[in-house]
Amino acid sequence: MQGPLIDTLVRQGVSRRSFMKYCATLASLMALPPAAGRAMAQAMAAARRPSVIWLPFQECTGCTESITRSHSPSLEGMIFDMVSLDYQETLMAAAGHQAEEALEKAIEDNKGQFLLIIDGSVATGLDGAYSCIAGRTNLDLLKHVAPHAAAIVAVGSCAAFGGIPKAKPNPTGAVAVSDIIKDKPIVNVPGCPPIPVVMTGVLAHFLTFGSLPELDRLGRPKAFYGETIHDRCYRRPFYDQGKFAKTFDDEGARKGWCLFELGCKGPVTYNACATVKWNAGTSWPVEGGHGCLGCSEPDFWDGGGFYKALSMPADPLKMAATAAVVGAAAGVAASFANRAKKGGAKAAHETVTLADLEK
Amino acid sequence: MNEMQFLTWVRGPGLDIAVGIFLLGVLWRLIEIYLLGRKQDVAPGRHREGASGLHTVFRRSVPPPGMVKRSPVSYIGGYIFHIGLALIVFFFMPHILFFKSVLGISWPGLPSQFIDLVTVVTMAAMVVVLFDRINKPVKRYLSTFQDWFTWTLTFLPLLTGWLTVQHLLLPYTTMLALHILSVELLLIFLPFTKLFHAFTVFGSRWYIGKINGHRGVPV
Repeated sequence: MQGPLIDTLVRQGVSRRSFMKYCATLASLMALPPAAGRAMAQAMAAARRPSVIWLPFQECTGCTESITRSHSPSLEGMIFDMVSLDYQETLMAAAGHQAEEALEKAIEDNKGQFLLIIDGSVATGLDGAYSCIAGRTNLDLLKHVAPHAAAIVAVGSCAAFGGIPKAKPNPTGAVAVSDIIKDKPIVNVPGCPPIPVVMTGVLAHFLTFGSLPELDRLGRPKAFYGETIHDRCYRRPFYDQGKFAKTFDDEGARKGWCLFELGCKGPVTYNACATVKWNAGTSWPVEGGHGCLGCSEPDFWDGGGFYKALSMPADPLKMAATAAVVGAAAGVAASFANRAKKGGAKAAHETVTLADLEK
Repeated sequence: MNEMQFLTWVRGPGLDIAVGIFLLGVLWRLIEIYLLGRKQDVAPGRHREGASGLHTVFRRSVPPPGMVKRSPVSYIGGYIFHIGLALIVFFFMPHILFFKSVLGISWPGLPSQFIDLVTVVTMAAMVVVLFDRINKPVKRYLSTFQDWFTWTLTFLPLLTGWLTVQHLLLPYTTMLALHILSVELLLIFLPFTKLFHAFTVFGSRWYIGKINGHRGVPV
């Protein structure tokens, strides 16, 4: 299946109208001007399938599951099919040496032009030996492939920020892709897993403009990670009214009140779940009655507990008892010192006699 | 350190350290003050109506006759920001949740919008009191570094807390972390500055009242 993308789409029964609609939606999602939708449609329709090499490192395949399955058979799924996925272990038919050859061939054929997608963190402990593919460490593979890529998309919180493998005590020395590769443009698409449309949005932008979308401080596309879950949450009015669910099965929970007290991390999490939703717009975690875990934020796993409100102490106050004992002891010691001083002054006191005054 | 790590630190180890220093300081000073030891007054007590420790505790919460007119900013401003602080600290729902998680006890709170209004009024009162301190030559002369420092320590949690709730100036994560940090600074310095009056004010009034009551002087 080579040739322009539009031909493939037509073959799959996608009408011009629905393709235009899709491009317009994508453009508006990414806060691009209306004309960009048309430009996007033109560019994407004419585009040859870009070569994509997908490297899975320390990951759970959840990101692949999310992107390949949840939207199927929607346009996102199809467009994703349309990229020339030259190497993806989970999805490719090839295995063993054949697969490794495919990787080398894809690098050779598209040097400097392919998009490198990475999911999973990079293990650096024991020289990266914690995670190997075909006898090569992830670290080695990344350093081998990355220099030839046009750009890197770090899919999922593990690739973007280290994610769960990097959670304390981080036995494998897991790091983010951006900790290893410094000289290539990297787009972070965090989430555990990330929203599929964010992924295709980045791809569409790359195809249309030949560049990566505008990124925030943490390398995330601003269009999708510009606002917090909390600011866009449909339960926000309850927060403002001070109506909170206290447990997962009380009246407040049934009435759909705010989940802040149950540990929702919405106020500190930047993602598009509240607007784009999941499973073709069916629902999303907060709508399902569970607070946001903050999975698209760095180190969300060590954020002080999923079920503790943000205003709660993250850890038990371990020093309190010791400090109280030490304080009490210091107080007693100080008063002994004070009394000794007083006693000393009393002992040193000399009585003034009449004779002294007449001197 | 990103803002989430900053928030987790102030909620975790930072809070632990601050509460530790706070408890250490408070117990140290309270015990030291209590064990200072005074000589027993062997003179027979002169009992007079209104002369006792308890009377003094209440009497000194009310301005003496004519003083409100002479020094309205100190009295009215002082009342407003002290009552405001107590309402905000002890009756704002997230704060009650905090106390519940630390102490295991909770009590009913006030509506968030009301607390919001109280915060604005309290901050205004504190600013007015500060300007009065700067404006009046005598007050300015009597002020030391500690006076300016403790005013700042008290004001910062109010300001950062209000900005957090209103989602102003900085992202919520950073603002909340700054709010908690400012409270931690307040906790750390409270036992070792004049802010310790939060613990000693009624004790010292009662003590002074008792001594004077023994002498038959209602003060």
